[in-house]
Amino acid sequence: MSLQFVVDGLLTGSMIGLGAIGVTLTYSILRFSNFAHGDFMAWGTYATLAVVSAIGATFGKVAPIAPLSFGWPLLVALVVGMAFTAVLALLLDKVLFSRLRSQGQAIIVVMASFGASMALRSLLEFTFSSRPTYFSRAIQIAMPVGFGIRITPDQITLLLLTAVLVLGVHLLMTRTQTGRSMQALSQNAALARIVGIDVASVVRVTWVIGGALACVAGVMIGILVQIRPFMGFDMLLPMFAAAILGGIGSIPGAVLGGLIIGLAEAGAVQLIGAEWRAAVSFIILMAVLFVRPIGLFGVRER
Amino acid sequence: MDLLGYGAFFLTTALIFSLVTLGLNLQWGLTGLFNVGLAGFVAIGAYTSALLTTPDDAARLGGFGLPILVGWAGAMVVGGIAAALTGMATLRLRSDYLAITTFGVAVVVQLVALNAQKLTGGPFGIGFIPRPFGSLAETPLLFNLSNLAVVSAVTLIAYLALEHLSRSPWGRVLKALREDERAAISLGKSARFYRVQAFAVGGAIMALAGALQAHFTGFIAPDNYLPILTFQVWVMLIVGGSGSNLGAVIGSILVWGIWAGSGTLTSILFSPEQQARAASLQIVAIGVMLCLILLIRPTGLFGDRPRRPKPGKQTKAAGESGAGS
Repeated sequence: MSLQFVVDGLLTGSMIGLGAIGVTLTYSILRFSNFAHGDFMAWGTYATLAVVSAIGATFGKVAPIAPLSFGWPLLVALVVGMAFTAVLALLLDKVLFSRLRSQGQAIIVVMASFGASMALRSLLEFTFSSRPTYFSRAIQIAMPVGFGIRITPDQITLLLLTAVLVLGVHLLMTRTQTGRSMQALSQNAALARIVGIDVASVVRVTWVIGGALACVAGVMIGILVQIRPFMGFDMLLPMFAAAILGGIGSIPGAVLGGLIIGLAEAGAVQLIGAEWRAAVSFIILMAVLFVRPIGLFGVRER
Repeated sequence: MDLLGYGAFFLTTALIFSLVTLGLNLQWGLTGLFNVGLAGFVAIGAYTSALLTTPDDAARLGGFGLPILVGWAGAMVVGGIAAALTGMATLRLRSDYLAITTFGVAVVVQLVALNAQKLTGGPFGIGFIPRPFGSLAETPLLFNLSNLAVVSAVTLIAYLALEHLSRSPWGRVLKALREDERAAISLGKSARFYRVQAFAVGGAIMALAGALQAHFTGFIAPDNYLPILTFQVWVMLIVGGSGSNLGAVIGSILVWGIWAGSGTLTSILFSPEQQARAASLQIVAIGVMLCLILLIRPTGLFGDRPRRPKPGKQTKAAGESGAGS
């Protein structure tokens, strides 16, 4: 088989990994699996698309940056989209999740997130219709880099962007007071409150990071694949599988889990066929649950 | 006459939904097991029964031409086994893992339905599923009424059996596990074993409902079992009140009435090219409804689910309530 699957897998893995960071943070700090996370992705992408077209309408056609398929409008729009998705996540927490959380039954929150996910996705379908759209219809020439692998400038840029973001979040989690508070809350909520950690602000940071990264992952899918209302929902199972494979609460774990699943998916596409791609994450998920339910970097729950 | 025929048709569909909701009520309402992939179990039942009962078809495996009742029994067995396996994999872990796994089951079942053409007919589905009273199809009213009678009978049997089960020692163990797992375990009840049983029985009921639906319409395709089905059934259970079998049945009829009614309304109000969009608005409305009920009246119409947090989780609950403030 050709080694091309490595590049494809790393790209899919980056998208899954960026999404899985949000899933794993919500799970470890707010203690519920958020089924609406995929729809944050889709909403962020559509918001970014809307800003791109708004800029296009105001400034006219902007030439893309040299070898890439997009220009500065997309970069500006991405930042706006990230902020928008973060606010969306905060808003949903305020009107729905936080109220149910205070009733103390974690699984009710999961159900509410399932309902919210359906509503959010259908609202996108209503507003933008279910037809796929694209950031750009330009075709990029893939450059051969040896070993039968080809890669486009867009793909290189997005891989680098992922690496920078993951490194940033990792440093935030390990080197700043906010990050340490987040870790404390995920390890022992009661004790964290006793030592005076501001729980409300930690919760806010969690949603902001999760939402913003979901938006980036969505825009990556939008640039490399296509934009559809179901784009996030289809990523849900790979993201959950990645978060569990990496170990709940671990950011390097979520990213590594995402990369493993991305590579496995790309390998399966070559060996078995693209139609079975979605089964890969399920098989990996089941294997992890049977063999090592705490994941690669997980800690046993107390 | 037409109205009566439509009424029978409507009620048949609503009762098939009731059957799925009853299965979910056993899993969630009685035992507290969260299943977000129930569309997968319904699909397993429909496809199993279709494979067993359709006439021989060269294009795919089987078509065994067995009697309809054998198909239904087969559906329950396969659905029950699938649910038991899912339960065994995840029920020793945190409750969220079951949710994620059932979600995955639905995705995989959907994939198999779409891609394993030799087994499921692929995107075109399976046709020529024998219908009970198929000979009456020339007089739609009689056909609809006899179908309604069959589906009502099956639903009634399931209802009575579940009522009996929930009062039996077995059902009381499930309730005890839901209310206070530690106390139940200290009385020597194996939590995991009982939960796997409840999950399997619930899965079997869902599969039976899928089989009933398949034989009622005579044609099945992967599109019948999208996540929207899971979602509808959840809303039915929550509206009716989880924990109550009566609530499950009434909630199903009520929500299906709202769904069908708003569907008719959109087809009158919107032009044909706008209807796909209007249908998505319908889903938004139901989704918001689910969230509102969870916020305002989590017990639904007939629910018996207590709202006090579980004693064993008090430390965690305290942390969570703080997280929300």
